[in-house]
Amino acid sequence: MKNKIVELKHLSAGYDQQIVLNNVNFTVYNNDFIGIIGPNGGGKTTLLKIILGLLKPFSGHIHFYNNSQKVPNINIGYLPQINAIDTKFPISVKEVIQSGLVQGNYSLLKRKTNKNDIRTQEIMEMVGVDHIAGKAIGELSGGQKQRTFLGRALISDPSLLILDEPDTYVDHSFEKELYELLKKLSVNTAILLVSHDVGMISTFVNSIACVNKDLHYHPSNEINEEVLRSYNCPIDLITHGTIPHRVLKKHNH
Amino acid sequence: MNEIFDVFQYKFLTHAMLAAFLSSITCGIIGSYIVVRRMVFISGGITHASFGGIGIAYFLGVNPLIGAFGFGILTALSIEYLTKKQKLRNDSAIAILWALGMAIGIFFIYITPGYTPNLMSYLFGSILTVTQGEIINLVVLTLLLIATFILFYYIIVAVAFDEEFARTQNLPVTFINYLLIILVAVVIVLNIKVMGIILILSMLTIPQNMANLFTQNFRSIILLSIIFGFIGSFFGFILAYFLNIPSGATIVIVLAVLFLIMKGVVAVKNYRRF
Repeated sequence: MKNKIVELKHLSAGYDQQIVLNNVNFTVYNNDFIGIIGPNGGGKTTLLKIILGLLKPFSGHIHFYNNSQKVPNINIGYLPQINAIDTKFPISVKEVIQSGLVQGNYSLLKRKTNKNDIRTQEIMEMVGVDHIAGKAIGELSGGQKQRTFLGRALISDPSLLILDEPDTYVDHSFEKELYELLKKLSVNTAILLVSHDVGMISTFVNSIACVNKDLHYHPSNEINEEVLRSYNCPIDLITHGTIPHRVLKKHNH
Repeated sequence: MNEIFDVFQYKFLTHAMLAAFLSSITCGIIGSYIVVRRMVFISGGITHASFGGIGIAYFLGVNPLIGAFGFGILTALSIEYLTKKQKLRNDSAIAILWALGMAIGIFFIYITPGYTPNLMSYLFGSILTVTQGEIINLVVLTLLLIATFILFYYIIVAVAFDEEFARTQNLPVTFINYLLIILVAVVIVLNIKVMGIILILSMLTIPQNMANLFTQNFRSIILLSIIFGFIGSFFGFILAYFLNIPSGATIVIVLAVLFLIMKGVVAVKNYRRF
């Protein structure tokens, strides 16, 4: 069953007078696991902000759907880039995760429902932070932070999960674990994933969206040189570092 | 020792005690918010800009607190608006309003004919001359603050911690931001009489940073800040009374000394652990 949940039509967006995304058409379906790649400054973050409602488009439309019915918004889980987080803030792992469930129970008077506590516990176990529930975020390692913020994104049971570079600051074993977890989640949740690790992306996602001022959708997870070149895609990814090696290796078999 | 207890036989001293208590609660709560949200500089701007209102009020011959109130809120809203719309750099906007407010205050005080009574008490604080009306204002504000923080606690924390994420959860981020910046302005203005414009930032930051030495929990920071703030303002007020020094100055000195001692104790403890 394939239902669309987000649809961008002829959408342009940017900051002040500068256009970052130009005439983008993009549809996300409920069973999608889409990897978003593109050069720095190409508009990946702008695209996420538009979908998250943090930025208004210059022109064009964005629509949300629930069972083919147009709705004003859908429940989106968001994992931001964690270097933007103030790690001196006095808040514990458990409190961060529960801050994803504030809607509807924001008062100290309302006694926390059992259901909430069970859900919190369930999520903490799922992302593997239940043993550090009381720790302040300032005391966490990069990987533990990513797990915590992933928990916050997941706790409201979103129909769309948006992850902005979840693989930075994490060790290799967690990276693998993270992608396995996402694979499991993607059965019930649509996922949009921005990552620099093109090799890793291509083994897990179902399709690729390449963002570089415009957006090219590639309905398979194979990234080959031809795709990248013809879509005028992340040239810097091809020319720098170990990534091109992995990309090519994936395709040479 | 008896001299200290004699102090409370006078009505104005009871008022001063009450003022210190209420000041500790209001500054403890709102200061915790200011500190964790890194809004200390914004608060400094609001405080100093409110002096413009005091100057105009002197000129017009009305209650200086009314002027401070108007200017404080106006500055708070302007800063919130200017920063969010990114028309100006955040810190530049604050510095401009900060200086402009002080300038307007000085301007009007100088063109006001005759002597301007109590001007020093607004600059440096005068806990011993707090009136019954000012106590009642502080009581109302305290109740309002406590109610707001109980009712909206989790939204306030979510917005303060990660505003962008809070927006994606459709929380009323803009409402909370404006509500809290207005409360910040009101707390500052009503505490001017106790601490003085120049020194009020201390009550909004020193107890909170002391508290933060012992806990990483926002609720505990609020509670400890109130306690530390009260200790500071109580002994500060005793000193102010006996040495005849503006209360703002003595409170800051007591708070700063306490902070240094605690910081030292914690540092030694941490050092011993290794």
